[in-house]
Amino acid sequence: MDFIQEIFAYRFLGYAALATLLSGIACGIVGTYIVSRKLVFMSGGITHASFGGIGIAYYFGFAPLVGALLFAVAAAVGIETFSRRGKVNEDAATGILWSIGMSIGIIFIFLTPGYAPNLMSFLFGNILLVNRTDLIGLGIMDGILLLLFAACYRAILYTAFDREFAASQRLPVGAIGHTMMILIAVTIVLTIKTMGIVLLMSLLTLPTVIAGMLTRNYKQLTIGSCIGGTVSVLVGLYISYVGNIPIGAAAIAVLSAAFCLVKAGVYIGRKARVISRG
Amino acid sequence: MTNELLRIHRLAVGYPGEAAIVSGIDLTVCDRDYIGVIGPNGGGKTTFIRTLTGGLAPLAGKIEYARTDLRIGYLPQIKNIDRTFPISVTDIVLSGLAARKGLFGRYGKADRKRALELLEEIGIGRLAGRPVGALSGGELQRVLLCRSLISEPQLLILDEPTTFVDNRFEKELYELLARLNERIAIIMVSHDLGTISRYVKSIVCINRCFHYHPSNILTQEQLAEYDCPIQLISHGPVPHTVLTRHSGCACSTEASKPTTSEPQ
Repeated sequence: MDFIQEIFAYRFLGYAALATLLSGIACGIVGTYIVSRKLVFMSGGITHASFGGIGIAYYFGFAPLVGALLFAVAAAVGIETFSRRGKVNEDAATGILWSIGMSIGIIFIFLTPGYAPNLMSFLFGNILLVNRTDLIGLGIMDGILLLLFAACYRAILYTAFDREFAASQRLPVGAIGHTMMILIAVTIVLTIKTMGIVLLMSLLTLPTVIAGMLTRNYKQLTIGSCIGGTVSVLVGLYISYVGNIPIGAAAIAVLSAAFCLVKAGVYIGRKARVISRG
Repeated sequence: MTNELLRIHRLAVGYPGEAAIVSGIDLTVCDRDYIGVIGPNGGGKTTFIRTLTGGLAPLAGKIEYARTDLRIGYLPQIKNIDRTFPISVTDIVLSGLAARKGLFGRYGKADRKRALELLEEIGIGRLAGRPVGALSGGELQRVLLCRSLISEPQLLILDEPTTFVDNRFEKELYELLARLNERIAIIMVSHDLGTISRYVKSIVCINRCFHYHPSNILTQEQLAEYDCPIQLISHGPVPHTVLTRHSGCACSTEASKPTTSEPQ
């Protein structure tokens, strides 16, 4: 109870809780799409490619977020465009972008004279440093994602499931594919500061995989991912607060525990049904 | 009276930035046509179908639709379906209405009812709520057939619709298509030339080149006229057309073996 009171008492803690909620919703919606379309590795590539933009931004002295956005969107659109042409191995292209992004980032950060930013905070985030601008950014992102899915849910679902058939139905499959890739990239960049690259990847995948053991309905999967992700990170926030450990690692531990529990529950439930059937 | 549904002019098909796989395609599809598309693997059949259905942009030439609201039902190859995707049978069938519903479409109770009726008609009503991952190959093929039919298409395009289905459903499918063909046009890709020639009215042969045979039964005189050597085999009451190499064409120099049909 103390923790909940302190969320309201201390601004940084309140901001952290709000950032968790907003990131949980964005990652739940985007994560369901990523896992369903098997774009997890590609999302990892986009996440790490954005690091190149952060490094360049530091060197030239503009906002790291802008650099990260430019790199992430370019990587996402590039992968989507070239993989559609069929001749580029999407898997390898992702690996290349992943490593090039990281190396550009490191090179420029080391070339930047004077203060060197803490690289660990990009890997594991620092949710306690979230400011009002970050929250507004995440809030707008959630708004766009919710509006888009409310308006075009079926068109997005059908294009993701069978693009070729969706094209035969004259749905704008190219525009839908590119829009989704850009939204993935922007969501990733906006969430890096709070969650860090490592927690972000698990927040994009684990809640959906956990929900996927309980339902195979896309809409339920999205809602389950949003709730599961948010609750897990809030529990992680609590553990990190009382245990004084980094929130990223704590949240991933909570998600992993949830995964094991649900997996065990589903297994036991299945066995029980088999036994009761005789 | 036959109405034109679509007209294809000097069409070249293939992947963007690459050489065309098949070019110089001219074809007019009319009401109640039943066109069988045959040819070896890698010959360009599916590329042609994907271009026809809008999945690929034409590399050259054009496809003119007689009307902008032409309803096309499409059954793509089952092997391209992601069977781990979280989607239910009913939702898959409903996606056949996407052309009518558009980007912001709402799918109401009437649509859902129609989807369920269609699943019952095809004999798989019990599968309605199942996720795609719980279906067998034959069941999925039936679901995809329902998806292609729910919009009540004027043109039905099927790419190897009998993959994974048992003999009984295959027969039912061909009979269903024959009934549908009393009202609508059908274009069907099939490896099973011996079977389709019983049903189709004309044949397109695609093997890096495009040959149209306006009949499913070709006489020796027609063979000379169409410059396309076809052996006519008839046993029992069922006439079979069997195509061999086209002389003077790239396909005749490749390792394309003459197709033969098994006596039945």
